[in-house]
Amino acid sequence: MPVDTTESRTTAPTTPAPPRRATRRKRPAGGQLARALVAWAIALLTVFPLVWLLLTAFKPEGESFSGGWPSHWTWDNLKFVLTEVPFPRYLLNSAIVSVVVTVLALLFHSMAAYALSRLRFRGSGLVLGAMVSTMLVSLPVILVPLFLIAKALGLLDNFAGLIVPMIFNAFGIFLLRQYYLNFPTELEDAAQLDGCGYPRLFWHVVLPLSRPALASLSVLFFLANWNAFLWPLVITSNPDLAVVQVGMSSLQGQYASAYNYVLAGSLIAVIPTILVFLLGQRWLIESMKSSGLK
Amino acid sequence: MAALTSITTKAAGKPAMSAERRKRETRAAWLFLAPDAIGLLVFVAIPMVFALALSLFDVDGFGNYRWIGLDNFHRMLSDPMLGRAIGVTVKYVVLFVPLSFAFGLGLALLVWNKFPGVGMVRTLLFLPNALSLVVIGLLWQFLLVDKQGVLTKMGRPFGLGDVSFLGDPKWALPTYVLISVWYSMGYQMLLFLAGLNDIDGEHLDAARVDGAGAWQRFRHVIWPLLGPTSFFVLITSLVASVTGLQAFDLVYVLTKGGPDNQTSTIVFYIYQQAFSFGHFGYAAAITVMLVLFLVIVTAALFKVTGGGRLHAR
Repeated sequence: MPVDTTESRTTAPTTPAPPRRATRRKRPAGGQLARALVAWAIALLTVFPLVWLLLTAFKPEGESFSGGWPSHWTWDNLKFVLTEVPFPRYLLNSAIVSVVVTVLALLFHSMAAYALSRLRFRGSGLVLGAMVSTMLVSLPVILVPLFLIAKALGLLDNFAGLIVPMIFNAFGIFLLRQYYLNFPTELEDAAQLDGCGYPRLFWHVVLPLSRPALASLSVLFFLANWNAFLWPLVITSNPDLAVVQVGMSSLQGQYASAYNYVLAGSLIAVIPTILVFLLGQRWLIESMKSSGLK
Repeated sequence: MAALTSITTKAAGKPAMSAERRKRETRAAWLFLAPDAIGLLVFVAIPMVFALALSLFDVDGFGNYRWIGLDNFHRMLSDPMLGRAIGVTVKYVVLFVPLSFAFGLGLALLVWNKFPGVGMVRTLLFLPNALSLVVIGLLWQFLLVDKQGVLTKMGRPFGLGDVSFLGDPKWALPTYVLISVWYSMGYQMLLFLAGLNDIDGEHLDAARVDGAGAWQRFRHVIWPLLGPTSFFVLITSLVASVTGLQAFDLVYVLTKGGPDNQTSTIVFYIYQQAFSFGHFGYAAAITVMLVLFLVIVTAALFKVTGGGRLHAR
């Protein structure tokens, strides 16, 4: 049954709240206010560590542990990390990996989802079941055998190794398939009558229509890959291939007590995350909710 | 359900295909499926099977394989460090799962109704979940530095000023749990909000008309209707706390499994066995046991609770 809720959510992310809200407003105003204040207080406490990160990154050397506002705001920590540490290199590596994985994953998953939702062939149910069952497997669980297989395939210490094994996950296929099952086939039927072959049909009709679903998945995939640590940690040892999360953990070793540098690096690494998150928040939340209630 | 039926209805609605067209459609389908099917096979399915094979070998750091039968499994029985890692994971699960469940549900109930800035509040509560666990580890390490960290100083009035939150074997695990809760409560809040929004407002209004107070409405209307959501949250947070990235990334950055191995989870121990000591075969054997255990627990939970429909019967 929950499948239905997933579908309606992915296709209509802007459905307005049901009218029952109106009845709930009859509540005494005092209780409402108290609740709002508590909620705000908890939200601010929750982001306090992040505010502290921001402040500390701009504090002059030696002030990291002094309380409150910086005595004066300085760019020195950020400058140090960007010039004395190969941080731009880390950022570039992370950007390349995240973007390439996201683009390829979206392409492959929408192709597979198209086949599993629109094309009739023997064994489609079996293929779907097999793919969905891999959703339960997480990276830490298959880390050791995956590493040995990737090594045997020549994926150790190169970009292919950072990228290729991270493309494949059944969740994207599942979500896109739900989406395709839910939109009308008339356009495709018309195109097919005009003698349009499957590849052209997919590229010119199906892909353009999947934009909303692709948007939410792209936010999810980008964030997951930008934040990835474990796989890049084991599959690369060449410092030139270090992604930003690996670079930061090595910063921790090198500048153990120089928290002003460590936090400046963290701030830089977090900026793309927060930007993508805030810009794509609505889409992200749609896809996460669907992942939650499949 | 709807997903499965719509295939058949669609097929039935269309006129019968010619054999030639059917062949063309099948070929196209397999071509579209090929990249993901091959990828999932090579990078997910085969590793699962390979783990099983690997667990029967002794693999050294140079990639030499030697058949040793069940020796890796025997070794697990007499490995005190593994027992300790299992203990850490059990403690972590027992603390993390209920705590994050309670926080997620509590926050969802708090921000369910509209108030000025409710969207912003939800965003802020969810924000930690968008960050990388490496940044989270580094940041909390800084906040909790002995005697000097801002949170350590705030603990002074409560007599916690001299506590070494990440360095004291007594405190490290609870601290790691709390950081994990901070990280994941926003995600669980989101799942609960989705569940709450599916509840028909008329049930609540009816309960209110009947004079049910807030607690009674929660206990007798909201809680039963949230059954499937609660079950889902429980399963995902159980699986995440045993095998998720939070069981590795955070440990790696915060404590490296210390102090005195008090935060060395099973997945961290597997990583160490393989990548610090080069015992790939032994690491694979632990992996196999872990997968078996998870499959059994998930199936048992599903059976016991009927997929969360405990109350709806």
